[in-house]
Amino acid sequence: MEELYNLFHGFAVVIQPFNIMVMIVGIVLGVIIGVLPGLGGANGVAILLPLTFSMSPTSAIIMLSCIYWGALFGGAITSILFNIPGEPWSVATTFDGHPMAQQGRAGEALTAAFTSSFVGALFAVMMITLVAPLVAKFALQFGSAEKFSVYFLAFCSFVGMSKEPPAKTIVAMMVGFALAAVGLDTVTGQLRLTFGYTELITGFDFLIAVIGLFGIGEILLTIEEGLKFKGGSTGINPKVVLNTWMELPRYWVTSLRSCVIGCWMGISPAGATPASFMSYGIAKRVAKNGDRFGKGEIEGVVAPETAAHAAGTSALLPMLALGVPGSPTAAVLLGGLLIWGLQPGPLLFVEQKEFVWSLIASMYLGNVAGLLVVLTCVPLFAAILRIPFSIIAPIILVFCAIGAYTVHNSTFDVVMMLVFGVIGYVLKKCDYPLAPLVLAIVLGDKAEEAFRQSLLASGGSLGIFVSNGLVASIMALGLVALFWPLIQDAFTRLRPKPAL
Amino acid sequence: MSDQPQGKGPPHRAVEALVALATIAFAALIIVGSLEAGIDWGAEGPKAGFFPFYLGLVILAASVVNLAQAFTASGSRGGPFASWRQLGQVLSVALPTAIYVAAIPYIGIYVASALLIALFMVWLGRYGVRHVAPIALGVPLVTFLIFEKWFVVALPKGPLESALGF
Repeated sequence: MEELYNLFHGFAVVIQPFNIMVMIVGIVLGVIIGVLPGLGGANGVAILLPLTFSMSPTSAIIMLSCIYWGALFGGAITSILFNIPGEPWSVATTFDGHPMAQQGRAGEALTAAFTSSFVGALFAVMMITLVAPLVAKFALQFGSAEKFSVYFLAFCSFVGMSKEPPAKTIVAMMVGFALAAVGLDTVTGQLRLTFGYTELITGFDFLIAVIGLFGIGEILLTIEEGLKFKGGSTGINPKVVLNTWMELPRYWVTSLRSCVIGCWMGISPAGATPASFMSYGIAKRVAKNGDRFGKGEIEGVVAPETAAHAAGTSALLPMLALGVPGSPTAAVLLGGLLIWGLQPGPLLFVEQKEFVWSLIASMYLGNVAGLLVVLTCVPLFAAILRIPFSIIAPIILVFCAIGAYTVHNSTFDVVMMLVFGVIGYVLKKCDYPLAPLVLAIVLGDKAEEAFRQSLLASGGSLGIFVSNGLVASIMALGLVALFWPLIQDAFTRLRPKPAL
Repeated sequence: MSDQPQGKGPPHRAVEALVALATIAFAALIIVGSLEAGIDWGAEGPKAGFFPFYLGLVILAASVVNLAQAFTASGSRGGPFASWRQLGQVLSVALPTAIYVAAIPYIGIYVASALLIALFMVWLGRYGVRHVAPIALGVPLVTFLIFEKWFVVALPKGPLESALGF
């Protein structure tokens, strides 16, 4: 009951005029970021983070999280109208969304996508409201060994669940941890890995890495693919919206299933992209007219969009309750918390009640606002995509440079941004996943601290990680996640295929 | 995506191998740096190099696997990394950006941004002065107003701004 009271208090904070304005600004910026190639949720939030330094943490997180919702909505617009996924998680939306647009049913597809996104997000926010306080309460009893085991589980899940080769995921992740280790050692205060360069004393900032890897790297990839925008009109009007809404309840089973898949994949750091593919794949297999998927089935839009948005939203649960972000964008938000002087993790629910519950309340309102904004302004956002690449690309580059500079007011960071950009381009082309790299940079110091404190407590024995039931089972779960592909393989080999 | 790049280009395997070699070099650097910082047990527990040392070892091991896989790869991995034409396009964005980044400390971010936008529009977009001037001058001007005036965030400025009294 106390949670409900806190939530209503949160709503009261969110509906202050300034916060409502910040929310709308965030949503609009977010949709623009989601529509533009080369700008995504993670680096969009990273670039705009310095602008929030002067705001109160609550207003700042409302704005940044709304940018995130906006970006999730925006990805669908380009997928359906232009067959260009603005975000990786909207790739699956193109399969049926774009054929629908070609058949002149773009309005229907867009309405279905936005509404499904909204449903997915709402489901995830309700889950966060109910589950996050419990998880946080539970996690309050964690010692350093348990903390480390949670990090261990999060990173092992990356290796086991990502579609990239495990060795590449491990390299990407460990490089992130190593970059995080550069500079001042937080435990002993000793300098390390700086090799005498004063620029390296402060270490590598993950914001610079995000802007470079995701921003500059993405632009280089986009230019290589040679962008040609060929898009139909949006054809959205109140009648189409209402008719689609009448039709959507028929797919409630698909919706519900996609919500569950999305939430599960979002909490475990697999993220929105695999969630959308998985949900699409299962819907295709289960649906009555599954063989017509790919030719313009509305269910083929509902499934991936619901899952992607549910995953994107529920990625905030581990960030809030445990201090372990479930996605790169959640990692940037977590970085924001640190900059505003808040300590992410279970204590947040005790010490910063107003902040946490305002954020959760803003998730409800932000998604309602997001749905209204995108439904009414789709033609405007689609027009942005018609701006030629030779104009929009340098402007995005300029914003990336400004974003990188403002993090520490350092031109060296701008150089690092470009270096990260080129590295990001090459790594992406070679199938190295970038999300674990960024997450490792963010969490590196904390994971190392937890690891060393555990060892200190045990006098150097690794036995502390199996010393009680809780830590042992989390570590075991981590190992299962790490070797999941092998385990799955063994199962399918052991079990004879059922005769059809 | 599954699209094969059109035309000739550097083989994908070679690039994969180079990346693996680069991560091996990175691992070596981390290991050397960690040894310098000390990897054994000190007065306050594990020394500063303890954690990164093992990170370096893991990167080394995984990179060796990647290196081996680069040579045994098949399918689309056997094709080119990207065509020379595509790489040319990438360079046509990367090079001006590198010059832009290098110029920021000397001429300030506003002038550099105006030049970058103008260059892209003229070179890649083939626009005339009528289109280029308003955008190339307008974007830095609006940025200036937003950052310096509204949010009071100082961005790098050069001789032009100081001549104008900022």
